[in-house]
Formats: sequence, structure tokens, C-alpha cells
Amino acid sequence: MFYREAGVFKTSYAADQALLTIPQDRRFMAVILAIAFIGIPITANDYWLSAIMMPFLVLSLAALGLNILTGYAGQLSLGTGGFMATGAFAAYKLATAFPDLNIIPVILIAGLITTAVGILFGIPSLRIKGFYLAVATLAAQFFLIWMFNKFGWFTNYSASGVIDAPPRAVFADIYVTGTEATPLAKYLFTLTVVVVLTLLAKNLVRSHIGRAWMAIRDMDVAAEIIGIPMLATKLKAFAVSAFYCGVAGALWAFLYTGAVEPLAFDVNRSFQVLFMIIIGGLGSILGAFLGAAFIVLLPILLNNAPGLIGLTLPTDLVSHIEFMVFGALIIFFLIVEPHGLARLWAITKEKLRRWPFPY
Amino acid sequence: MKVERDVIAIIFAAFGLMALVPWVAGQTLDGVFFTWPFFFEVAIGGLLSGVMYSLVALGFVLIFKASGVFNFAQGAMVLFAALTLVGFNEAGLPMWAAIVMTLGVMVIQALLIERLVLRHLINQEHIILFMATIGIAYFLDGFGQTLWGSEVKMLDLGISQQPGFYFNGTILINDFDLIAAAIAGALVIFLALFFQYTAIGRALRAVADDHQAALSVGIALNRIWVIVWAVAGGVGLVAGILWGSKLGVQFSLALVALKALPVLILGGFTSVPGAIIGGLIIGAGEKIAEVFIAPLLGGGIEDWFAYMLALAFLIVRPQGLFGEKIIERV
Repeated sequence: MFYREAGVFKTSYAADQALLTIPQDRRFMAVILAIAFIGIPITANDYWLSAIMMPFLVLSLAALGLNILTGYAGQLSLGTGGFMATGAFAAYKLATAFPDLNIIPVILIAGLITTAVGILFGIPSLRIKGFYLAVATLAAQFFLIWMFNKFGWFTNYSASGVIDAPPRAVFADIYVTGTEATPLAKYLFTLTVVVVLTLLAKNLVRSHIGRAWMAIRDMDVAAEIIGIPMLATKLKAFAVSAFYCGVAGALWAFLYTGAVEPLAFDVNRSFQVLFMIIIGGLGSILGAFLGAAFIVLLPILLNNAPGLIGLTLPTDLVSHIEFMVFGALIIFFLIVEPHGLARLWAITKEKLRRWPFPY
Repeated sequence: MKVERDVIAIIFAAFGLMALVPWVAGQTLDGVFFTWPFFFEVAIGGLLSGVMYSLVALGFVLIFKASGVFNFAQGAMVLFAALTLVGFNEAGLPMWAAIVMTLGVMVIQALLIERLVLRHLINQEHIILFMATIGIAYFLDGFGQTLWGSEVKMLDLGISQQPGFYFNGTILINDFDLIAAAIAGALVIFLALFFQYTAIGRALRAVADDHQAALSVGIALNRIWVIVWAVAGGVGLVAGILWGSKLGVQFSLALVALKALPVLILGGFTSVPGAIIGGLIIGAGEKIAEVFIAPLLGGGIEDWFAYMLALAFLIVRPQGLFGEKIIERV
């Protein structure tokens, strides 16, 4: 009743290949974008923008990157944190070595450097898969973090090992990093990057490259037999995934926190992003966003929940209970819906289509 | 058990390299101190800490063999067991009673995990089960610390932590490490006998070989899973006692589990002897690399050396030393 695919007549190939073929979907997406670009900046205060929306957007991007690798290409990776760190430190070195360079090329080149690192650590994927590959990417994770900690060159020999994002502007004097930047400018810049990269990812996964990834995920031997080059396709997945993670890391260091140390990207960050895509839904662009929203908002909710019902608990107890609830919720979601929140959304759409009839 | 000739060759080559590389480094480079007694001291220290890695890896192998679940929660189980033991002990129970009580808790934990988690996830993909164990790990970490508190606790077994001299006073070895190695060895022998000669052990091996065939001869899979998780919990308790009295019972115990992953890669996911030998190679290799090679790289390579070693090994021999070579058909 409320949601129909029927009755849409396409008269051109362009319309047939459009990203959103159903007018309802198009309107819905327009509303979402309007809320993100206009609604939130008008209504939200600085706390909401910088403490909730920023981590949500940055981690969505990282989850998107990991979802391309793990959800679409089926290569389990625990190196997300290491790749994010690579992006952050590459952006820092670029920004300090070339002070005249605009922030956009800085972030893009940082992403490309991460791509190279990702390809390097993706090479073992030709021979190993599954948990073995996860351990191999864990090697990347620990090695990269050790490297950024150990060699002063990466932090420009800062005594604390912390990198501070230098102030940079997009246009004349609209600063998006450093102390002069307003949360609003940071938010809008990050949002734009995320939207552009999401559009790119959405198109990529429905192209021949994305289809090759899915073929390898579903059965690698069969994919090879129908003529999909294994090494090139897997490395493409690692490359694209690392690019997204690298950009996410650069955004994290420059726009979200402004100052970052390698430990911010330790193995727990990798697990956090992995949780996002599994709770959100493996092999789904929407899932990356839903999962990121869930994982970012849940701790904030759990932190504030005791206060709302009038309880005051010691902070260490709250953090332990947070761990417990977190673990229990992961198990609960896996049991109820192993395909994640994105699948729940798909079920909702089906229900809306048939309402008020049960089937 | 028939051991391939390659495997023996690889093991000898690994230990040979461990001696050769530091020796060459000591001869050719400044800043690397090398004498044979010192080398053996480092190597034996490494081997003994490798035994501890083996213990954690053993818990992984048991569960992976019987249920195909890659149990990420093994580290959390080690921490939870150690916390529970110390908690009971501090509540006034003597050590032996606390150990018995903790074993009981581990059995209850196994029952609950099977009933509440695994039973609902039968037939799901491996990655889903893996994720579920990560969920269990988070829950246990939080639960243990909520129950027993998060401050660092001491676990004193009454074994001296003082180093003693052996071999005419040339080599310094920690007594505690020796006893820990002996306990771990005894545990491995016990498990091997248990698997070989008891009815339950035979059922476990049957399940490990083929789930369906095991079901068809009347082995209850659910019961086997409870048993195997309980045994893994018991192994976790032993690991928790040993690691806990060495490092203190604290959150970092849960991270030891990550170090067991390269051990598994090296030894193969399905092999008990693999877990032992993998642990020894990783333990010794890591210590030797830290002492003789790390000065050239700025130190602290212990964090990632084991993973790099496993990675290099994977490219040569993906199934691990003793793992089953899986041939996939379309």
C-alpha cells in the first residue's frame, strides 16, 4: 500500500540504470539529504555536531570501506584501524610538508597512500582466506601502529607522539581544520566527502567490479572458472577498501578530533568497525550507516541511561555494564537477524508494500 | 600419528634459523650482544613463555575441532576464570576449594553459552559464529569486572618468582616458568589421554571428524559442545592461574588471546600438538627477535613480530604445520 515498485514506466536506458528507479525512493533520499545538509545544521547545537554527527559520519565511511572488503568481496579484515592510522599520518605528513596544498587533495592523496599500503597487505589474500586472512590483516594492524609509534619522522618528532592538525581552509577563509574551524564547517565538509564517496561506492558495487567481488565472495573457485582474475579482483577490493579507510582516518584526525595519537587506531577500532558492518548488515551500503549509527549512539545512550532514571553509578561500573550490554546486544542481533539492520529495513519495506494484507 | 617429513624439516629449520640469525647479527653488527650462554638463556625463557601461549591456543583448538567455531572468547574466558578464582579466594575459600568452585562456574558458563547462544546459531555461517564469540568475549569481560572489580589483583600460588642458576651457573632461569611449563605439559598429556581413551574423548573426536556421521551413530552434538566448552573453560582456568600469577589478574589477560592467533596459524587450527609446537616456536622466536634483532629497529617489535612470522609462514604453508590440507571442490 505505502511502498510500491509497480507502475514505474521507464522510457530510456538512463532511467533504467538510475540509482533509484522508484519515485518514492528518490523522494525519500531527497528528504534524507535535505535533513542532513539543511535540517541538522539549523537545529543541532555544537555538541551534537561535533560529538555525535562527526564520529558517526567518519566511522560510517570506515565501515563502508570495510564492508566493501568484507561484505562484498568476502575478505575478512581486522586491519581497519591500521589503515585509518595510515590515512591520518599520511595526511599529517602531506599537510605539514606542503603548507600551500588545499585540504581536499591532502585527504585524497592520503587515501591513495593508504591504498598502496592496503594493496601491499592484501597480497597474502591470494593464498589464504577466512580466519587465516584475518590474522594476516592483524599483522598489518599491529605493524602499522608500531611503526607510527616508533619512528619520530611520522609525527615530525613531536615529543608526545600526538599529531595536531594544522589549520587548513577549503576556500579563501572557510577553515575546516584547526582551532578556527567551526563545528558546522567541519560537519558540512565531512558530510560532503561522505556523500560523494557513498555515491561512488554505490555505483562501484553494481558495476562489473562489484559483481566480480560478490562472485568471489560467494564461491572463489567458481568465480575463477568463469574467468574472474582472482589476484586483480581481490587486490582491487583491498585497494578501494583501504582508500575509504584512509580517508576516514584522515577525517578522524583532522576534522573530528583535531589531534590524534596512533593508539586511537588500535585493534579495538578495527573490531568496532567490524561490529558496525555485522550489526548493520554485511554486503550493504545502507548497513554501514545503520551499523555506525547503532554503535556510536549505543554507548552514549548507555552512559546517559542511569542518569535518566535517577541512578548515579561509578564510571568504571558504567563502562563494564556498557561492555556487557554491548556483548549481549551483539549476540541478540545475531540470533534474531544475522543479516543485520539493513535486512530489517528490507523487511519493513516488504511489510509496507503488502499492508494491510498479511501476505 | 604420522608426521610428514616436511613438517620435521620446517621445525628444525625454524629453530636453526633462530640460532643462526642472532649469531650472524652478533658477529657482524655493533650494538648486538651475543654469547652462547646468553643466547640459550633468552631462548629457554622464550620457550617457557611459549608454553603459556600454547595453553591459550589449546583452548581455541579444542573448540575449533569439535564445533568449527573460532572461539574469540578464549581470552575473555581466561580473564573471567582468573577473576572468579581470585574472587572466591578473597572471599575466604582456600585455594583448592576456589579452584573447584571456579571449575564449576566454567561448566555453568559452558552450559549457558550452548543454551543461549550456540543453539540458536546452528547452521549459520562461520563469520556469524565468530562474531557471536566476540559478543561473548565482550559480555564476559564486562561481567567479570562488574562482579569482581577491575583493579589489578595478585594471585599468589606460593611459588618463588626468583630466578635460579642452572648448568653450572651459566644460565639464568625463572623457577616459576619451569613449574608453569611442567603444569602445562601435564595438562597436555592429560588431555591427550582423555581424548584417546575415554568414551567422551572418542565422541569428541568423532564430532571433530564429521558432524553428520557422529549424529547418525547417536552422539548428541549439543552435549558434546557443552563438554568441549567446559574443557576449554578448564584449560582457560589453568592458563588464567599461570598468567595471572605471573602478570597479576587484570584486563590485559584477555589480550593474551590475540597472541594465541599466530600460534594457531603456525600449528594449524585443528591440531593439539600443533598448538604446542607453534607456541614454542612463537615464544622462542619472539624473545630472540626482541633481544637480538629489535635493537636495530628501535625496539618493541614484540607487538607484531609473531604476526609477521605467522604471515610469512602462511604464504609458504597455508594449512599450518599439522593442519589438515583442505581441498575445495566446486
